[in-house]
Amino acid sequence: MLRYALLRLLGAIPTLLLVIVLAFLMVHAAPGGPFDDERALPAEIEANIAAAYQLDQPLPQQFLRYISGLVRGDLGPSYRYRDLTVSDLIGGAFPLSLKLGAMAMLLATVIGVGAGTLAALRQNSLLDRALMAMAMTGISIPVFVIAPVLVLLLAVHLQWLPAGWSGTSAGGRFVLPVVSLALPQIAYIARLTRASMIDVLASDFIRTARAQGLGTFTIVRLHALKPAMLPVLSYMGPAIAAILTGSVVVEEIFGIPGLGQHFVRGALNRDYTLVLGIVVFYAALVILLNLVVDLLYGVIDPRIRQR
Amino acid sequence: MSLLAVERLNIRYGDRAVVSDLSFAVEAGESVGLVGESGSGKTQTALAVLGLLPGSAATSGSIRIGGADILGASEKVLNEIRARRIAMVFQDPMQALNPYLRVGQALSRVVSAHTTANDAEARQRVLDMLRRVGLADAERQYRAYPHQLSGGMRQRVMIASALLVEPELLIADEPTTALDVTVQAQILELLEDVRDDTALLLITHDLGIVAGRCERMLVLEHGRLVEQGRTTSVFSGAKHAHTQALIAAAPRPDRGVLLAPVAADKVLEIRNAEVSYFERGHGRLRAVQALSLALQAGETVAVVGESGSGKSSLVRAALGLVPLQAGQVIYCGEPLAAALQQRSTRLRRDLQLVFQDPVGSLNPQMQVRSIVAEPLRVHAPELSRAERSRRVVAILDKVGLDESYLKRHPHQLSGGEAQRVAIARALILQPRVLFCDEAVASLDGSVRKQILELLRRVQQETGLAILFITHDLAVVRAISHRVLVMYLGRLVELSGSEALFTRARHPYTQALLQAVPVPDPIAAGGHASLSGETPSILSPPGGCAFHPRCAHARNICTTTRPSLREIDGVTVACHRADELLQPH
Repeated sequence: MLRYALLRLLGAIPTLLLVIVLAFLMVHAAPGGPFDDERALPAEIEANIAAAYQLDQPLPQQFLRYISGLVRGDLGPSYRYRDLTVSDLIGGAFPLSLKLGAMAMLLATVIGVGAGTLAALRQNSLLDRALMAMAMTGISIPVFVIAPVLVLLLAVHLQWLPAGWSGTSAGGRFVLPVVSLALPQIAYIARLTRASMIDVLASDFIRTARAQGLGTFTIVRLHALKPAMLPVLSYMGPAIAAILTGSVVVEEIFGIPGLGQHFVRGALNRDYTLVLGIVVFYAALVILLNLVVDLLYGVIDPRIRQR
Repeated sequence: MSLLAVERLNIRYGDRAVVSDLSFAVEAGESVGLVGESGSGKTQTALAVLGLLPGSAATSGSIRIGGADILGASEKVLNEIRARRIAMVFQDPMQALNPYLRVGQALSRVVSAHTTANDAEARQRVLDMLRRVGLADAERQYRAYPHQLSGGMRQRVMIASALLVEPELLIADEPTTALDVTVQAQILELLEDVRDDTALLLITHDLGIVAGRCERMLVLEHGRLVEQGRTTSVFSGAKHAHTQALIAAAPRPDRGVLLAPVAADKVLEIRNAEVSYFERGHGRLRAVQALSLALQAGETVAVVGESGSGKSSLVRAALGLVPLQAGQVIYCGEPLAAALQQRSTRLRRDLQLVFQDPVGSLNPQMQVRSIVAEPLRVHAPELSRAERSRRVVAILDKVGLDESYLKRHPHQLSGGEAQRVAIARALILQPRVLFCDEAVASLDGSVRKQILELLRRVQQETGLAILFITHDLAVVRAISHRVLVMYLGRLVELSGSEALFTRARHPYTQALLQAVPVPDPIAAGGHASLSGETPSILSPPGGCAFHPRCAHARNICTTTRPSLREIDGVTVACHRADELLQPH
């Protein structure tokens, strides 16, 4: 198990490197630079600044310098937030984004699995159709539509929940962002759960359990839930990535000072190191969480664990 | 009042009736066999008795146990009956046990669902039951996952789970079909021993099992009950034609058949063959070791052994589908290249193969016409379309299929018809050697008999040599001139068919023969004279590989591997072969 995990981590290095190269090239290919302003600076000063940040060197050299910093754990200084390093910025903003993402993931899993199981048990009933229609809607509507609509409905008209982030410190301010993030994932997970639960419920060992006179609840909880969770588990990797990107949008809409906001600002400001740093951080996070998901497979399926 | 009373039971799916007007009763404590070919409605009847039919099934009639009618009962009422009054053992214990749950978890939940036992009591009850079904190391089995158990142990667990809450009726649906013959005998004996006064409804296609194990029997044909009575009287004087046909079709391991004589020329010789596979983390798996065999024209040699004995590997190596690590395959005096790609087209044409699963081995997209013609396109591309077509029709006629089959697809064929097509495809090239890998294992009795007759007839007409792989000793006697018995990759006995069935030399062969159920209540068969199961081929026992299960083992058997000896024309690998000859 440990050997497998180490091998997987080693195998992730080329992937990570490719992500860095692509991100590096794309950031630098975008027109403009970190120090452009509406008010143009004198050419000498511009050259001085570029030299100070070594932006005047050829790209390959800049890249090598970035990589050599990276292996030492140094993501470089932010070009825009003058007194802070990229590591400081990520360290400061990530806990909030993590909290948001984890809550959304938990909500999506609990509700998605619950709704999917219910639909599978009542296959082709009215309830099943209603749940699946709702799920289809959830998948079809993007986050940037769902979030403003929720704000309009629940915050502006009904005034049940705060519309934005600042101006209140109540826990209620988490509700709308988390729900907006979770909704599409609830829908996906519900559909996945329904399909795999229907498969599992048709298998021979479920028939055995029924022949043993176990009730539906026991059968689902003891016999069916674990195997039915395998496809859902393998969706967790993509789901985590989707929630990360989703949170970029949601943080912007609700004005939450998380990592997503830094990412958007960094990109607009051509803050090369900040954008790169966040991309590398997210990529590493997704790779790591995917590894965790694969290891969880072994926890659920004893036949995989042995190998 | 009867324990179970089924009256005028009908089961239909849409307008397809699977069970019609079925009435029968099971009395407390008795054992009843429910017999029929595939599709006769046996399993549907069993599922109906437990209220497990799918929602798409329409039923009428009544199924009564005690006072309750099962048809139309609520799930809650059914759950009071299941396990407590009626329990079931299913066919394939790998599929029927939850692979994600430890044995103990699953079984103790059955106890707590039906009794007031607390966790510790439930655990104790499960452990006791596991010991009762012959799992001596019950604590370990309790913690095991199904995939860590052998097939026989899984079926023991299944039986334990069914008997946990002491039901009044136990239904066993083909409980041994997925198991080797020596394990089958053990499981059937176990069922008899542990059920006490629980009544048994044993569903099977194997008349031998019913003959040895059931007091009464019921015969189903197309969902209708055609005969019922005491087992002895049904076997001695069946009234219905279908029952008579079933009994006549059951292969008799205790009776020989007359086979065409064998020609003198040797067509295929396997010399000192070794087949190994390399498994990650396990090292070398020696599937076949030091195996030699010669096959004459017009001769059938049956290769017999339980799962893991290496019989399929032997065939694959002879055909060049897997490489030989050592040894040679010689065809008509000419050594064959190890790999199929290096063999000439002519050689490939002369060695043909028929598989176990007839429908699965035919391309579902192709018509019978093209399936059978395909080998000709490869091996005789010069033939005109008309000539090819003529040969296809001729060969189909030979295997007993008329021209109406030409345009059918595999899914429109029954198992027997599909196997005829597969045989026609193999025979159209007029091969000299035919390999049959469990070619009749998935067929019903009457169809199996026809296919065996077909092979015998073709052999007589063409002098075809057949290497017939099977786990079923009853079939062996109906087809083979000689028999090769394998155990863990090695030859243990090679002998004439008649000699083997009358005077088996090797203790393993003797045990196999005793384990075969005989379809005759008077001739006793199906004895579990072997304990335990075949050890893993990854770590075969030292000395004679069979010694841990052998009743006659001496010190020398544990230390020295017996070399092959020839006694009265029989080749046998046993230190004590000359002392142990047991005439039947």
